[in-house]
Amino acid sequence: MEDIGNLLHGFAVALTWQNLLFMLVGILLGVLIGVLPGLGGANGVAILLPLTFSMSPTSAIIMLSCIYWGALFGGAITSILFNIPGEPWSVATTFDGYPMAQQGRAGEAMTAAFTSSFVGAFVAVMVITFLAPLVARFALKFGPPEYFSVQFLTFCSFIGMSREPPAKTIAAMMIGFALAAVGLDIVTGQLRMTFGTTELLQGFDFLIAVIGLFGLGEILLTMEEGLAFKGAKGRIDAKVVWETWKKLPRYWMTSLRGCLIGCWMGITPGGATPASFMSYGMARRMSKDKDSFGNGNIEGVVAPETAAHAAGTSALLPMLTLGIPGSPTAAVLLGGLLIWGLQPGPLLFVEKKEFVWGLIASMYLGNIVGLLIVLTTVPWWAAILRIPFSIIAPVIVVICAVGAYTVHNNLFDVFMMVVFGVAGYFFKKLRYPLAPLVLALVLGDMAETSFRQSMLLSGGNVSVFWSNGLVGSIMTLALVLLLWPLISRGLGAWKQRIRAAEDRAA
Amino acid sequence: MNRTAVARAAVAAALATAAAGWQAPALAAWEPTKPVEFVVPAGTGGGADQMARFLQGVVAKHNLMKQPFVVVNKSGGAGAEGFLEVKNAKGDPHKIIITLSNLFTTPLATGVPFNWKDLTPVAMLALDEFVLWVNAESPYKSVADYVAAVKAGDNGKFKMAGTGSKQEDQIITVALEKAIGKKFTYVPFKGGGDVAVQLVGKHVDSTVNNPIEAIAHWRSGALRPLCVFDEKPMPYPDKVTATQAWQDVPTCKSQGLDVEYTMLRGIFMPAGVTQDQVDFYVNLFKKVRETPDWKEFTRNGAYNNTFMTGKEFVDWVGKAEVKHKQLMQEAGFLAK
Repeated sequence: MEDIGNLLHGFAVALTWQNLLFMLVGILLGVLIGVLPGLGGANGVAILLPLTFSMSPTSAIIMLSCIYWGALFGGAITSILFNIPGEPWSVATTFDGYPMAQQGRAGEAMTAAFTSSFVGAFVAVMVITFLAPLVARFALKFGPPEYFSVQFLTFCSFIGMSREPPAKTIAAMMIGFALAAVGLDIVTGQLRMTFGTTELLQGFDFLIAVIGLFGLGEILLTMEEGLAFKGAKGRIDAKVVWETWKKLPRYWMTSLRGCLIGCWMGITPGGATPASFMSYGMARRMSKDKDSFGNGNIEGVVAPETAAHAAGTSALLPMLTLGIPGSPTAAVLLGGLLIWGLQPGPLLFVEKKEFVWGLIASMYLGNIVGLLIVLTTVPWWAAILRIPFSIIAPVIVVICAVGAYTVHNNLFDVFMMVVFGVAGYFFKKLRYPLAPLVLALVLGDMAETSFRQSMLLSGGNVSVFWSNGLVGSIMTLALVLLLWPLISRGLGAWKQRIRAAEDRAA
Repeated sequence: MNRTAVARAAVAAALATAAAGWQAPALAAWEPTKPVEFVVPAGTGGGADQMARFLQGVVAKHNLMKQPFVVVNKSGGAGAEGFLEVKNAKGDPHKIIITLSNLFTTPLATGVPFNWKDLTPVAMLALDEFVLWVNAESPYKSVADYVAAVKAGDNGKFKMAGTGSKQEDQIITVALEKAIGKKFTYVPFKGGGDVAVQLVGKHVDSTVNNPIEAIAHWRSGALRPLCVFDEKPMPYPDKVTATQAWQDVPTCKSQGLDVEYTMLRGIFMPAGVTQDQVDFYVNLFKKVRETPDWKEFTRNGAYNNTFMTGKEFVDWVGKAEVKHKQLMQEAGFLAK
């Protein structure tokens, strides 16, 4: 139990008043960064990184990782209130969070989101604390076929999600794949579908599409429906936190599943965004009440938030032990470590104990501090919905525009965001589901690259996806999930036939 | 972000000035009058990005410039996005760009219209080295073992992971194929960190990672360096592992593998700027290079610490372009 001793020592390091102050500042900045779409955690950390060079590395990483926690928390706020995901991993939170806000349950949704985030992150930190050396080795088993199998599993767990006709789902997903293919193809180094324009070089950024499709699309719809926020009648009351907490233990199973999916995706490192989608998909699949998903089911908020936070937190583990960042923010933090003269890698835990355990201790504290801060702000955020739509709508449009610009500092992206906004409006009018499009856009590129890398390694042999126990079982699980509706129908028919036979016999 | 970033950075710079006390800057006639945009034509976390953010930090820490640097990543189209932005900012002295080999390879491979001649060369800060790495558990203890094994296998049996496609790592791989006489299976990945981990996990047989991308795994005993693709060994005598330092890694040429390649870490400005403005940045980077932070940075990354400016640098870039064109043509990587 040497680790426990180290951890306690870490708490002593993290609990100095300077470090607590850095923690507080970090969380507040992070929440702000998370609320502004586009200005993601990665950007926030990158901007502030140079400012921390004069601090001690321990204080600096504490502050920067608290910005990261803050951004993770903050991403949920705009998703729930305005249907604008502040961060890619908050997209799945909008599916049920926004309907809840429209029903006047914004406070409840936010409390659920923050609490689940906290639970997810806390479990992930415990995994880091106790399983770090063991788990770190596991990430090494992941080559391209394993990555592809995980991405495939995400798709399969999500398919059949929408209540719309399958043809519309497939159409939306194909549009997503087509958009994901624009830009530089990493395997051949060639530009695809840019039609000779330099604006399309960078492809369609997921965030720009999402801000347009969800945020602006929603504004257009609301305008048509009569310039009123449906959530305005919602009760604003500090008691909402307690009332929601009373309900939450009921969803322990969803929460546990979210933690498992999140930790797995963070460590491997699949990332927080796929984790949130996968968790949402699984929650809906396992639920008895499938139809309430997408109409304001609180489980639809718990599932993605738990997974996203667990993944976001455990993503720091491969960064520290292997030097592979599990997320863009982790990549920037990695650069910071190098500049402070800390070499991430297996030896970091041996040589810089104080730093590593200080960081881990700050993860515990940062999360607790973060939860307290964001929970106290719930009524304030919910109060925003009381502002008349005619005042708040222009503000949201401005936030969308700034967010789109921020992603690449590119004005062209703002126009693209508007185009996506109009597209989002028509998608909703014509009852095409947006989720498959977004999923294909965020995962299509990665899945394609992993697939082609696998094909290069195996010389074009598809059996590489069953070449070892790990990849084989993930692929098989994915196929079972994909075909589950058929399988369960088959089983049902089989049972019925048996029963019929028994009846006849009787 | 730009506004906020600028505002925040400006506040930070002001604080830094207040903290460090005012220092008289002995500078050339021109100096920046607003924050300088530092374009990185690559994603966050990579080698160029790390160096740019390091420079940003050092300039702020030592108060070398009144205005701050603001690092902006423009990685679209293998960096074309960043280069085009600087190309189009003719005459703007508040914009600089750090380069990697994509200054040459991207226009050649994709046909996107830009060339280093559209920019003003400022200075070479360093050259990044490339090292041939294998997994420490593999039986290849030397270049000779490795080459013998590649020669003994079929074409495509040896798997080489690298960063990107038709970029520096693949150029070296093609050069190796020519020197050894066998084809590799080249598998492109997004970043150098991923590449190193793929080798640690034994999903591929070798890599040509930059030192900084693989050092952690070398120290932990997971990877083994075989040789460096430079004309001289790396001049760093500090022990990295218990028994070896960077300087103990032989050159590939001395081991009978005649392949040499280094990557430019240089600074360029838009075209149409004055000599005064170029001189300001040359002086700035000279000062950066004198700081202890820079010395530690180059030692950690085992950079080839060559500094060049003026005509010498322009000549070097010109030669490097010819070399890349020839290598890419031989490899069949030129855009049609």
